[in-house]
Amino acid sequence: MSEARDFKYVGTRSIRPDGFDKVTGRANYGADLSLPGMIWAKILRSPHAHAKIKKLDTSRAEAHPGVMAVATFQDFPSVSHEAIEAGEAALDLLDLARNILAKDKVLYDGHAVCAVAARTEAIAEEALALIDVEYEVLPHVMDVRDAMKPDAPVLHDDMFTAGLPEAPTTASNIATRMELKKGDIEAGFAAADLIVEREFYTPTVHQGYIEPHACTVRYTEDGTSMVWCCTQGHFDVRAATARLLKMDLSRLKVIASEIGGGFGAKTTVYLEPVALILSRKTGRPVKMVMDRSEVFRGSGPGSATRSKVKIGVKKDGTFTAMQAKLCYEAGAFKGSPMGPGCMTVFTPYDIENAYVEGYDVVVNKPKVAAYRAPGAPQSEFAAEMVINDIARQLKMDPIELRLKNAAKEGTQTLYGPKLRPVGLIECLEAVRNSEHYKTALKANQGRGLAAGFWFNVGGQSSVTLNMNPDGTATLVEGSPDIGGSRASMQLMAAETLQIPAEKITPIVADTEMLAYNGTTGGSRTTFATGMAVVEAAQDVISQMKERAAAVWNVTAEQVDYADGAAINTAGDGRLTVAEICAGADRTGGQISGRGNINARGAGPSFAVHLADIEIDPETGHSKVLRYTACQDAGKAIHPSYVEGQYQGGAAQGIGWALNEEYIYNKDGILENPGFLDYRIPLASDLPMINAIIVEVPNSFHPFGVRGVGETGIVPPLAAVATAVEEAAGIKVTDLPLSPPRVLKAIQEQSNG
Amino acid sequence: MNKVHVTTTVNGDETEFLCEPQDTLLDVLRNNLGLTGTKEGCGSGDCGACSVTVNGRLVCSCLVLAVEAEGKEIGTIEGVSEKDHLHVIQEKFLEHAALQCGICTPGLIVSTKALLEANPSPTEEQARYWLAGNLCRCTGYDKIIRAVMDAASTMRGGA
Repeated sequence: MSEARDFKYVGTRSIRPDGFDKVTGRANYGADLSLPGMIWAKILRSPHAHAKIKKLDTSRAEAHPGVMAVATFQDFPSVSHEAIEAGEAALDLLDLARNILAKDKVLYDGHAVCAVAARTEAIAEEALALIDVEYEVLPHVMDVRDAMKPDAPVLHDDMFTAGLPEAPTTASNIATRMELKKGDIEAGFAAADLIVEREFYTPTVHQGYIEPHACTVRYTEDGTSMVWCCTQGHFDVRAATARLLKMDLSRLKVIASEIGGGFGAKTTVYLEPVALILSRKTGRPVKMVMDRSEVFRGSGPGSATRSKVKIGVKKDGTFTAMQAKLCYEAGAFKGSPMGPGCMTVFTPYDIENAYVEGYDVVVNKPKVAAYRAPGAPQSEFAAEMVINDIARQLKMDPIELRLKNAAKEGTQTLYGPKLRPVGLIECLEAVRNSEHYKTALKANQGRGLAAGFWFNVGGQSSVTLNMNPDGTATLVEGSPDIGGSRASMQLMAAETLQIPAEKITPIVADTEMLAYNGTTGGSRTTFATGMAVVEAAQDVISQMKERAAAVWNVTAEQVDYADGAAINTAGDGRLTVAEICAGADRTGGQISGRGNINARGAGPSFAVHLADIEIDPETGHSKVLRYTACQDAGKAIHPSYVEGQYQGGAAQGIGWALNEEYIYNKDGILENPGFLDYRIPLASDLPMINAIIVEVPNSFHPFGVRGVGETGIVPPLAAVATAVEEAAGIKVTDLPLSPPRVLKAIQEQSNG
Repeated sequence: MNKVHVTTTVNGDETEFLCEPQDTLLDVLRNNLGLTGTKEGCGSGDCGACSVTVNGRLVCSCLVLAVEAEGKEIGTIEGVSEKDHLHVIQEKFLEHAALQCGICTPGLIVSTKALLEANPSPTEEQARYWLAGNLCRCTGYDKIIRAVMDAASTMRGGA
């Protein structure tokens, strides 16, 4: 696919088909469904970072007027440690159960202890205060560095570090150690003219989706159940909930509502199984909606990390060795994104000698969830900061330095595969050619550049394309639409069928209407579900050719298909989609196509971001002056929504770099569980974000698509932090670069 | 049970409801009147997803008591479009792809409408500060601001 293809629908900026409902308030999200007879449930959450539950007495709450049922861990059928798939990560079933209703111990401030269902939300809230819990407070540990120490308080006395040469005999907070090696790291450093080593900290951050977790569920007397919830993957909600409650998948219908943001965090369950337990107990539909502080305290934020990166380089800028030690906080249960963090850290570079070690460590914070390119922003931040330091010390342009070492087709990655054609060099060149890169800076201003990499995944998607008798179509897909994917699916179906996009209505079906679909995550939807859409459309085309062949009394091989019509190559004749569908009853019944696939060959996506920051030396405040986000999309099916992914990833990364962090007090209690104090970027904080789409096609996708959703959050941390270093003349170690931290660094710099 | 009877106007319709004294306007719009277009993102006035107008003034409905609606005119997202066609602001949000997940969109559209009624010719900076009370986590605001500026320009041209 080296040459550009002409497309009629793909690549246009169509109006998204779900847009009308979303600009008028008609679209229904997680909290928008109410059912007759519905009751409400609320969760009692731990006020301690780490404590034994000595007594849990719900009798006073149960006696409260209006209270209808209580749920605790004891209401789960017996569960044990076993792996289950959930979105981008594997979960442990017992850990999952203990995270959504604590067993014996609470492991973080906000950990769910039990749930109360009542006639109204207000009564349920009131009743929480009537639950008697006696805690024995235990020592807590909040930082990955402290948690790794041999004398640290141990969260789980049955957890022993995996991945060590010899199986350990004492329990530890380190769940897993892993390492990746390539070449000879010692020889690589020996060959270097310059070695730069630095350490960094990135804080716990939250995905910050505006819609809190919510569900409405209904248990029916025959044992079937319905769950309505906001999720990135309703088939995986079904899987997790059915496993926890020991149900057949066929008896649990999960309907994905519209979803108000997720960024990886709505790939697991918190409320759904609890609500279902309460619905079973009461025979009533149950609604649960987290409030904002519950979202911060009780859902899954992104990992805090401590990292050390060391890079050796020749005078001419050639990297000779790259080494990293990466420690990730998993929160209260194992399973940080340490693995992908290690695998991505040096992937933008073609290097001979590398060594990476990673640690997955539990601490007394909420169990982390995926957050957009999980693990990569933290590790690549550290690597890119060191690379920019090298550029500074070698007095080399940061783009030149990267071009000299850039990963390209044929590069052997540290984590496994050799790269197929990728667009990093094209992105570096596009940024170098941008107006932004040529704009001069003034006093107190600095510029930072960083590259970023994310794998992207494929996975399972199942699609049905039902043709209507007038030649229009309903495209039934199972990937929750989190940022305009219905529009992409519509365009890909239109391109394949060669009929106008507005003739095709895409819908996101529930778990009973389609075979399994993987979660919307891993930047997989436009790639994998898109492939399934194309396959379903091709299935329709081949059926339509057969129908036309029957009409003309020729073989299907003698029928071509072009411009939305079948053509008789053995004689005269042309039948449009509408004509074939109108006559379908006479040629064998209605036509529908199917694409059930497990997509392989996802194309990795590289990005390069450029940030200009102006520092106020009086306050330490950083203002983002200019920002450019350039990324390889493979092929942008709907360019507006591709740009939107770049811009949104950049904005989240800017927030991560400049403002966002979980702030805990000395008792391990979260002090900023709200949008006032956990400050995500506002409209007034940001400039326009220049989005540059590079297209190096992915040959495994019919239109060349790579995923685009995640890579965009990888480069901003280092791009912004480097710009702050340049503008303020300071050295960055810890994020976020909030005004007090920057001011302190400026003052230390001038005093020192 | 001490429910309060409130008579108000919502999107031009005379409306009556019974509410608890502590219910917010947001609670009543969503749970009593079925107007779920107004969203709850924080419940503390920080995110703007629940933006509505009360007698033309832009407010977070999570910070207004339902009983305060007595005798007032409430405007919500459900009242923005006109019969069978979208308001210009809604059209521009779609044209510019100014929404991804869409949860902040109703609040942003109500807020933009209030902005353009107060100031038909905002600068980009004025638009950014007016909308600083409406959080969007998906878009980085770029396409939202473009939609707002384009809507302002179209509305001025059409007036």
